Amino acid sequence: MNVSRRGFLKISGAIAAVSGLGISLKSISAHAKELKIKYAKETTTVCPYCSVGCSIIVSVRDGKVINTEGNPDSPINRGALCSKGGSIYQMVNNKNRLGKPLYRAPFAREWKEVEWEWALNKIAENVKKSRDKSFKKINAKGEVVNRCEGIASVGSAAMDNEECFTYQKFLRGLGLVYIEHQARI
Amino acid sequence: MAALGESFGRGAMTNHWIDFKNADVFLIMGSNPASNHPVSFKWIQEAVDKRGAKIICVDPRFTQSAAKAHLYAPLRSGTDIAFLGGMIKYILDNRLYFAEYVKNYTNASFLVNPAFKLPGQNGGVFSGLKDGKYEKDTWSYQKGPDEVIKKDPTLSDPNCVFQLLKKHYSRYNLDVVSKITGTPKEKLVEVYKLYASTGKPNKAGVELYAMGWTQHTVGVQNIRTMCIIQLLLGNMGIAGGGVAAMRGEGNVQGSTDYALLFHIWPGYLSTPTGSLKDLATYNEKQTPKTKEKDSLNWWKNKPKYMASFLRSMYGTNMTLDEAYNALPKVDDGANYSWLVLFDQMYKEKFTGLFAWGMNPACSGAHSNKVRQALGKLEWMVNVNLYDNETGSFWRGPGMDPAKIKTEVFMLPCAASIEKEGSISNSGRMMQWRYKAVNPVGEAKPDGDIMSELFFKIRDLYLKHGGPNAAAITSLTWPYGKHVGKEFHYEPRKVAAEINGFFLEDKTIENPTKKGEFKTFKKGDLVPTFAWLQDDGSTSSGCWVYCGSVDKEKGILSMRRGQADPTGLGLYPEWCWTWPVNRRIIYNGASVDTNGKPWDPSRAVITWDAKEQKWKGDVPDGAGNPGKGRPPFIMKPDGVASLFGPGLADGPFPEHYEPLECPVEKNLMSPQKNNPAIKRFDKKGVGSDLDAYSGVGTCDPRFPFICSTYRVSEHWQTGVLTRWCPWLAEMQPGMFVEMSEELAKMRGIKTGDKCTVSSARGEVVCTAIVTPRFKPFNIDGNEIHEIGIPWHFGWITTKDRSYNPGDKKAEVFTTGDAANLLTPTIGDANTMIPESKAFMANVVKGVK
Repeated sequence: MNVSRRGFLKISGAIAAVSGLGISLKSISAHAKELKIKYAKETTTVCPYCSVGCSIIVSVRDGKVINTEGNPDSPINRGALCSKGGSIYQMVNNKNRLGKPLYRAPFAREWKEVEWEWALNKIAENVKKSRDKSFKKINAKGEVVNRCEGIASVGSAAMDNEECFTYQKFLRGLGLVYIEHQARI
Repeated sequence: MAALGESFGRGAMTNHWIDFKNADVFLIMGSNPASNHPVSFKWIQEAVDKRGAKIICVDPRFTQSAAKAHLYAPLRSGTDIAFLGGMIKYILDNRLYFAEYVKNYTNASFLVNPAFKLPGQNGGVFSGLKDGKYEKDTWSYQKGPDEVIKKDPTLSDPNCVFQLLKKHYSRYNLDVVSKITGTPKEKLVEVYKLYASTGKPNKAGVELYAMGWTQHTVGVQNIRTMCIIQLLLGNMGIAGGGVAAMRGEGNVQGSTDYALLFHIWPGYLSTPTGSLKDLATYNEKQTPKTKEKDSLNWWKNKPKYMASFLRSMYGTNMTLDEAYNALPKVDDGANYSWLVLFDQMYKEKFTGLFAWGMNPACSGAHSNKVRQALGKLEWMVNVNLYDNETGSFWRGPGMDPAKIKTEVFMLPCAASIEKEGSISNSGRMMQWRYKAVNPVGEAKPDGDIMSELFFKIRDLYLKHGGPNAAAITSLTWPYGKHVGKEFHYEPRKVAAEINGFFLEDKTIENPTKKGEFKTFKKGDLVPTFAWLQDDGSTSSGCWVYCGSVDKEKGILSMRRGQADPTGLGLYPEWCWTWPVNRRIIYNGASVDTNGKPWDPSRAVITWDAKEQKWKGDVPDGAGNPGKGRPPFIMKPDGVASLFGPGLADGPFPEHYEPLECPVEKNLMSPQKNNPAIKRFDKKGVGSDLDAYSGVGTCDPRFPFICSTYRVSEHWQTGVLTRWCPWLAEMQPGMFVEMSEELAKMRGIKTGDKCTVSSARGEVVCTAIVTPRFKPFNIDGNEIHEIGIPWHFGWITTKDRSYNPGDKKAEVFTTGDAANLLTPTIGDANTMIPESKAFMANVVKGVK
């Protein structure tokens, strides 16, 4: 049985309350040695799912997430999490995560693993080609509009604030006007 | 959010999650927090347990929230305005409104142009409708020679807003409302009575909405109706009150604040259009003005925020005018929103697309059209944690890869705990997340990916030039450092950029203390947005976040203080909330005109006469007591809007039927649908794929109302959660919920495979026959409604074709996207699609 830290505290508290009846605590101390977050480093995060903003403690040992649980210090969730927030352990530790850039050539039937450097260079060239071809300095009314009409962007409410700012800087610097994301749906 | 902006001045949840504990009555309508914002229910339950609060739930389906409610009322999807219009009538008829609040803090007393006509006198539409658009010259106020708005403080002039409101909703009587909504009359009265009980100074009522209100052709007006009710009852600005716009994603508040949308720039600065030819013109035309002598009109500061934003883009590499000129302008009146974007894509307008942290092949309305549109691109970049229906669209159902030209790059990004940065929850609270581990494999943080891409593109323009190249090459990017070919993005540096800096040494008068001057050095952080300048001497990436990084205390979203001095759950030292760490916006309306809290037991702010300052929450528009400042400072006139002339489809909400609906006629007026919506089936607008059913007359092929929704165990399109075995086990696939009566009629039993179809597509679902749905009695006719969740997609199913090396979910799910059925039709203001009320059919079996 996997026992979370708080779950364990509850169990041990319950046993302690009745230990006056003569129940030995030896088995509990033996269990404590096996606590799965032993030697783990804790950091806090905020759940990536809905917008309540529940705080989560992430326990890491040897560079690997070994446990996630609700953070009792947060005045918002006081340690509680829903089914999704309680499962971010699996969202992160998941053999199906993408670990390499994938490329699908025109008309190809499968993905091909590629190097970052190759992919980013090719995307940059595509962007320049699309932008230069579709760039509109002046609109039909003769007004200066300086926009790139051939590229669109959707995303993302899944990014951090700092990334959102940086992403819009990137897009508006390129001259994009078709910029949309989850808030519109 | 457009409704909240029009009504109160800011497009954001007005209070915050913990504040639910202070409410006396909850109206859960247009949402299902027990399923979709589960932990928020902790605070709702606390109010029930500790204060004896009552929960009302109004929903077409008996949801998990309904199961926790004291009072449940069913209503037919898409009839919320009729339901709430009836509540406005009830409140006015029975004089249950908070008269002093209404008189002083809303535009109830404003006199409207006598030429203005209400739908009741004008064939179901407001005056000024021409070719599907309103000319708004009659939606104006009477003004004196000094340009000040004429008012009648007795609220009795027949042209004053209050009397017009009364007249407009006099048509929303119980008989007609019940016939439209299908809600029994006695249930209507029960709900009205209970909610209207909060119109007293010592009672607080809060409304909780989400996509259940926004995803309609009258989405904004649904919310407006509630804003009007909250103003009539004096529920705005107080603890336990407000309108809780419950956002659907962890950082959709933040991504909206930072304007990943076509119509705004960061901090809700309207996007410059072609006719605003230079910065001076923009400032002149876009800065709200007022002649109301006591109104603070905070948006008068817009030029400061615009200048500071331009500096955050280009620093001093360009002058402000050059920066304004370099950045893209939209055409006046043009719409570049989601539905239009994918329509244009389908028509081969774009060669490239970034689908960054999004899965439009499942999340976009009319997903079949979206999936076809992706095939018209030359290239697409898809950034995600997992393989998904968008990145892999070319091998989805019905697709022949050999015929699809689109070159696709699927880039792996870091999960939230594999990088650091902040997100802003629905309550505008910015919370910092720390990095726990390195990303898996070669996945990178989004910030690294976009930076590396930026540098590569910039290099190409430095080397080869191109149109308006300076717009790219002059961007500042001091957001980290290069290590070999990699760029290590540093979010803390960006957080400081967003807060803003002084770009030169500067001595300024304290904006809140006349005669006191302060000197700043070049490079100093700007303390709050009140100090931002319009002359280019300051920068700020998003003015509403100015003040979030402090010279001494650092990044305030990292704070973890536990103090709660007011006992109201404001926790002012836990993280940081925009604006200026204010937890309840419009709290200036929680006190009377002399500065006394309406309810001393729940005082959000209190005036300390000795120290001559407000205590409690950071005051919002309170001014000094008795000085006459109206508290809604983000509205030019200083008061909240019962009458809202800024919207596209009317200054008051009026009931219109959903575009696809089960009734022949609008029982309220001869105008069936919202007259200001953009129809994609009109010649020259949409595409061959844009079909609707049941618009003019009912379509027997699609006899049932269909609505989409979420379950606790999945998130959005399921792009993350479908890959998690625990969650996939708990909610294993696409289902359709239907009433026992409908199931009997169709010969369907729980567990049967069914096909649900609309004019646009079909999707296979497992039947759940349940008393949670009941047929509606709509004007004597039995009308059925069905419901489907929208979390599923083909990529995590068992029966698709797998290539060697493909990712394969540990626990498969079944079924494809609900959005295969939804129509390309949006709200008249926001263009958010009408996914909550469209027509469908359900039959047993799979074709």
